[in-house]
Amino acid sequence: MPKTIKEINDKIKKGKAVVVTAEEIIDIVGKKGIKKTAAEVDVVTTGTFGPMCSSGAYFNIGHTKPRIKIGGGTCYINDVPCYTGFAAVDILIGATAIKNDDPKNTVFPGTFKYGGGHVIEDLVAGKSVKLTATTYGTDCYPRKNLETWITLKDMNEAVLFNPRNCYQNYNVAVNLSDKVIYTYMGRLQPRLGNANYSSAGQLSPLLNDPKYLTTGIGTRIFLGGGEGYVVWQGTQHNPSVKRGKNGVPLMPAGTLAVMGDLKHMSSEWLRGASFAGYGSTLTVGIGIPIPIINEEMVKYTSVKDEDIFAQIVDYSKAYPQIIPGSLGEVNYAQLKSGQITIKGKQVRTGGISSFSRARKIAHLLKEKILSKSFYLTEPVAPIPSVDSGISFKLLNEKPVKQKQ
Amino acid sequence: MAKKRIVLTFPSTLVGQPITTHLVKDYDLMLNILRGVVAPNEEGRLVLELSGKKKSLEDGIKYLKGLGVEIQSLAQDIKWHESKCTHCTACIPACPTQAMSVDRDTMEVSFVKELCIACELCIPACPFKALEIQF
Repeated sequence: MPKTIKEINDKIKKGKAVVVTAEEIIDIVGKKGIKKTAAEVDVVTTGTFGPMCSSGAYFNIGHTKPRIKIGGGTCYINDVPCYTGFAAVDILIGATAIKNDDPKNTVFPGTFKYGGGHVIEDLVAGKSVKLTATTYGTDCYPRKNLETWITLKDMNEAVLFNPRNCYQNYNVAVNLSDKVIYTYMGRLQPRLGNANYSSAGQLSPLLNDPKYLTTGIGTRIFLGGGEGYVVWQGTQHNPSVKRGKNGVPLMPAGTLAVMGDLKHMSSEWLRGASFAGYGSTLTVGIGIPIPIINEEMVKYTSVKDEDIFAQIVDYSKAYPQIIPGSLGEVNYAQLKSGQITIKGKQVRTGGISSFSRARKIAHLLKEKILSKSFYLTEPVAPIPSVDSGISFKLLNEKPVKQKQ
Repeated sequence: MAKKRIVLTFPSTLVGQPITTHLVKDYDLMLNILRGVVAPNEEGRLVLELSGKKKSLEDGIKYLKGLGVEIQSLAQDIKWHESKCTHCTACIPACPTQAMSVDRDTMEVSFVKELCIACELCIPACPFKALEIQF
């Protein structure tokens, strides 16, 4: 019999809810079957912990005396540039921002030691960061310069706002060329020297709700060690890709935009990361609870690593030049074994997303629900699914010399 | 038979001399060069695995020290900062000796110093600066 989210929340309140992780449900379904599991289990918790470049945070730092209008000026936190195109003391920092004097890739491969992702990690760790701003004066905002130490506590609002997180599946990156390449999928050794993947597989949130039936706008989630919400589909949301019979996409597909109060997050679950030769970013921990409203959700949440397939893509040529095609398909059980076979060659695998941390998040979220400190929400609107007709398109460049 | 992995730092004045040949011929040692960096007019650095009789090993090391070569034990060179590690496993395919390895049940990474040859290939592979070379 179908359950409503309200019924599930009532059970959580009474301490009677049955909450299991996206791995635990696999065994339960194996023993009891789908029907019985649907009756017994109320919530399945998922988790993922990986680098997610489209992440950032915005702050209201409080007004200075006399007032300063940073909006329209320039602002840095620990020398990392912030976006200032908002009101007087609202600023935003993105995960991939780097210092103006970072050598970048001038000495290849650059190390990208400290960027926006590291600023966010330092702030949530409670550290004082150096904020500097330069701007023009106005009658109502006369001050032109600001230099101060600031902590997260000092700010009025500090909000993590990530336009694209939680990728539903991802590529397996390899290098077919004769020289080492440095990518956002890590360092790839020449001639299929290694294969790097990035998904939590059977624990990954959107691989357990492949058609976004319970995850929508307004879904409360575990975000960066605190709480957050799904606020929109993520950028590059691409629900129309080819899927397996189990509904699971065979390549990168759905994404989520999420936000939450940074003040309640932790540096254990928001970590700055530096990809040699590529750039700096933020590794984000996300866990999404999936209400078992019917048997269909049991079927989806019991998906196993061996039933989730990813495409092997050459990052020396096919990826940068947008040449379609795949060198083959492998499942996450094979990827997690440490070795896969590509073109008859045994290739060692490495992860970019941490499976052990994803598992920890799924358990933390389970504990939060069982201890009645986390309740489920009903989405206020769905995110576009398989039949939406939405697909991800390339930029159609139009030469600016030709008048429009 | 004794075995030792060492990091040798040569002053620029010694770079031109066939020191390792003496270790083989005069001290009857087997040597396996794990890494070597020698640039003209600069310090040279060599990572060696020496094996032979215990006495020969001691004498060979004494000979190197007498020449002014700085010697460090290799095991101390790569440091794995466990608290910085997120267990993503990006370092795993980079490591040629399986000093960095994964428990496939827990998917947690561990580091066995004894297997490490300080090749440093893991360092740029780690996005969290959890691996550090300490000379």
